[in-house]
Amino acid sequence: MWRFTVLRVLQAIPVILTVITLTFFLIRAAPGGPFSSEKAVSPQVQAALEARYRLDQPILQQYFSYLADLAHGDLGPTFRYPGRTVDELILDGLPITAELGFYALMIALVLGVTAGVVASLKPNTLQDYVPMGAAMVGICMPSFLLGPLLVLVFGIWLQWLPVSGWGSTPGDKLLPSITLGAMYAGYIARLSRAGMLEVLSQDYLRTARAKGLPEYVVILKHALRGGLLPVVSYLGPAFAYLLSGSFVVETIFQIPGLGRFYIQAAFNRDYTMILGTTVFLATLIVVFNLLSDIAATWLNPRLRYQYKQ
Amino acid sequence: MAHVIFGINLTLAIPAVPLMHSHETILKASALLLLSLLLSACGGESGGREARVDEGIRLGVLHKGNGAEPQGLDPHTTSGIPENHIITALFEGLVSKNPQTLEVEPGVAESWDISEDGLSYTFHLRHDARWSNNDPLTAEDFRWSWQRAMTPALANVNSYMFFPIVNAEAFATGEISDFTQVGVEVSDPYTLQVRLRAPAPYLLQLFDHHTTYPVHRATIESFGDPSDRLTAWARPGNLVGNGPFLLTEWEVNSRLRIEKNPRYWDSAAVQLSAVVFYPTENLTTEERMFRDGQLHYTEDVPIDKVPVYLRNEPDLIEISPYLGTYFYIVNTKKAPFDDVRVRKALALSIDRQLLVETVLQGLYEPAYALVPPGTLGYQPPQVFEYDPEEAKRLLAEAGFAGGQGFPPFEILYNTHEQHQKIAVTLQQMWQQTLGIQATLLNQEWQVYLDTQKNRNYGVSRRSWIGDYVDPNTFLDMYISGGGNNYTGFSNARYDEIVLHLAPRTADRQQRYTLYKEAETLLMNEMPILPIYTYRSKHLMSPCIQGMPENIMDWITWKYVYLECPAQ
Repeated sequence: MWRFTVLRVLQAIPVILTVITLTFFLIRAAPGGPFSSEKAVSPQVQAALEARYRLDQPILQQYFSYLADLAHGDLGPTFRYPGRTVDELILDGLPITAELGFYALMIALVLGVTAGVVASLKPNTLQDYVPMGAAMVGICMPSFLLGPLLVLVFGIWLQWLPVSGWGSTPGDKLLPSITLGAMYAGYIARLSRAGMLEVLSQDYLRTARAKGLPEYVVILKHALRGGLLPVVSYLGPAFAYLLSGSFVVETIFQIPGLGRFYIQAAFNRDYTMILGTTVFLATLIVVFNLLSDIAATWLNPRLRYQYKQ
Repeated sequence: MAHVIFGINLTLAIPAVPLMHSHETILKASALLLLSLLLSACGGESGGREARVDEGIRLGVLHKGNGAEPQGLDPHTTSGIPENHIITALFEGLVSKNPQTLEVEPGVAESWDISEDGLSYTFHLRHDARWSNNDPLTAEDFRWSWQRAMTPALANVNSYMFFPIVNAEAFATGEISDFTQVGVEVSDPYTLQVRLRAPAPYLLQLFDHHTTYPVHRATIESFGDPSDRLTAWARPGNLVGNGPFLLTEWEVNSRLRIEKNPRYWDSAAVQLSAVVFYPTENLTTEERMFRDGQLHYTEDVPIDKVPVYLRNEPDLIEISPYLGTYFYIVNTKKAPFDDVRVRKALALSIDRQLLVETVLQGLYEPAYALVPPGTLGYQPPQVFEYDPEEAKRLLAEAGFAGGQGFPPFEILYNTHEQHQKIAVTLQQMWQQTLGIQATLLNQEWQVYLDTQKNRNYGVSRRSWIGDYVDPNTFLDMYISGGGNNYTGFSNARYDEIVLHLAPRTADRQQRYTLYKEAETLLMNEMPILPIYTYRSKHLMSPCIQGMPENIMDWITWKYVYLECPAQ
């Protein structure tokens, strides 16, 4: 187990390093720069700006200074918001994004697992088609459509919920959580239906039924255990993505999370912000995958045995 | 993104024994969570909560949609419109702007004298002007602030605004490092003298631009090198200003709050107790926030909502002329556009009236020159009009009768739905009238800027918003070799007027006559194809008072108050 964990952590380092290196050089290759604007900037001002952000140094030197700073956890100053650092902006946005992601995931789990299990009990009947149809709609309907639709109905027409904001008026967290959760709910529904179908045809369930157990015990106690496994391994990476924020949902609902920085940084050629957010997301994904792998190994005696060899 | 997650998931779907109990716990917890979320939502619904705007009217707090998140609040390093709306409330320059007429009125300076030759300005500062920490505000504060604003290391993109001042350009470009050689002198604590290298009749307008605002020396120095643009002095709790409002709260991407400054010299005139700015990059969201009673005033209106408001609630929408022009530039150094007849043919075959009425829903005014009409009384010349027959004749004269032999070219624009619609319309008009083939080339903003700068285009979209109310802010763009002149246009007489003759003409009407001559020259050479004049659009509560419409979309915060008209 320890051997496995250490091995995986060691593997993660070159992955993250590759992501940093590729991002660093790719964004420099993109046309334009952080200081381009519609209004011409004098060469002296341009030079002073470049000097302040070390852009006047040879690119390899910039690269190594970036790595050196990163080793101290310093992601550098942003180009877009003078006086603020990338660390600060990420740390400010993270709790909000995490909270939104958590609610979205909870909604997704409740809706998704329920729909998936219900559908799997009577495959290829109406009881299957309706929830699975809904799941398909959830997956296919982009959040930039679902969000405004929900706002229109619950915010503007019914006047039940605020149309935007986060934590400033009661109930303003509900619509964004549902909007963000809907797509994940769809996936989870499909995963749990597939998982359940596979388990339901297994011998041990027939045994359970033959023992005369009531159907709800068979489903909830015996089938769910195995049936939800695909969902469990889906949660790690899904949560990593949720933590990186959703540009669309955060923009529609005016939520001060992380998601908006990703897209804006790229448009603005905010080099340090692009790198910072990318490194952050890459690290999250690596870490969460690692955690799922460790959890899976810990749960599965066969895998544990394999790593001991 | 979803597909990526799915891919990762499949590779991880290792069969294993699940944790039965934790599933139940998760399910129970999430059911509880959902329930509590729903309950809290219902609380909001049934509580009969007062809308934010109504509460604001009661308390004198104005809620304003403000476009993009402000990049910063240092008057010497920022240059955007969202920042300007806030900075003008936190600081005040030597002069201020009358929101009705846009003429200057006293700010920190209570009066000023201008010498006969227009080369020397003496400002008399009011004795009761104070910083928000109660320090007195003196002429030395201005001198030090201007030195900072021009220091090359600070990289202030607006430092060129000081260039009419003696030696300011030399200091800002690092040629000289001794600021005493620059024409700014403190004769006594309340007298500031400014000497110019050449007359600049629009100079007073510049002293209301935030790049000339004073900043508090002790505060800035306590955060490090004053010429370092990356210090945190302009944050809530740190910032010391001299304007009618104080910065009290700033949550990035969420809201920024300013409150009335009791130490402002004219605070008796300030009626609002606070203003809250919300970043509203998404116009649709902003419009919904307005409808939901969260905003009194929006920064913009989605174009498809304009007819709806005009029809149903005309008293909630304000549309007014704006100091900006939407136009196309033509690369005069590239065949076949190096022939003026070709450029004119392009300009004459655009039916601007039709374009404005259909594509732009009648929102904007067709433009036939660069400077918007009504720039402090200036009316641009109209040297051409929509004339398809003349356009065909000109093209034939240039050797492309009926478009025969005209090389295919690209219409460049930055990726945006509206720009695309206009480009498609121009493409069709040129094809139908002139028989020439254009293809559309949209590029992401930064790439588009790069392509223009490298003159790697034939015809390209462009726009310009004036920095101050004077034709000069538009016309000095097309001097030979000007930094923003990507067309290759160069004309000796034009340069002479814009650089030498007009600035030396003190009389406004005479100066406008000169500018008209320059603009006529420009339009005869046609390096640009004017399309339309901008208008600013806002959704606005009828309870906002003291915010008259003006061509700069300028708000002088101390005059604004909230009072609902009697029903």
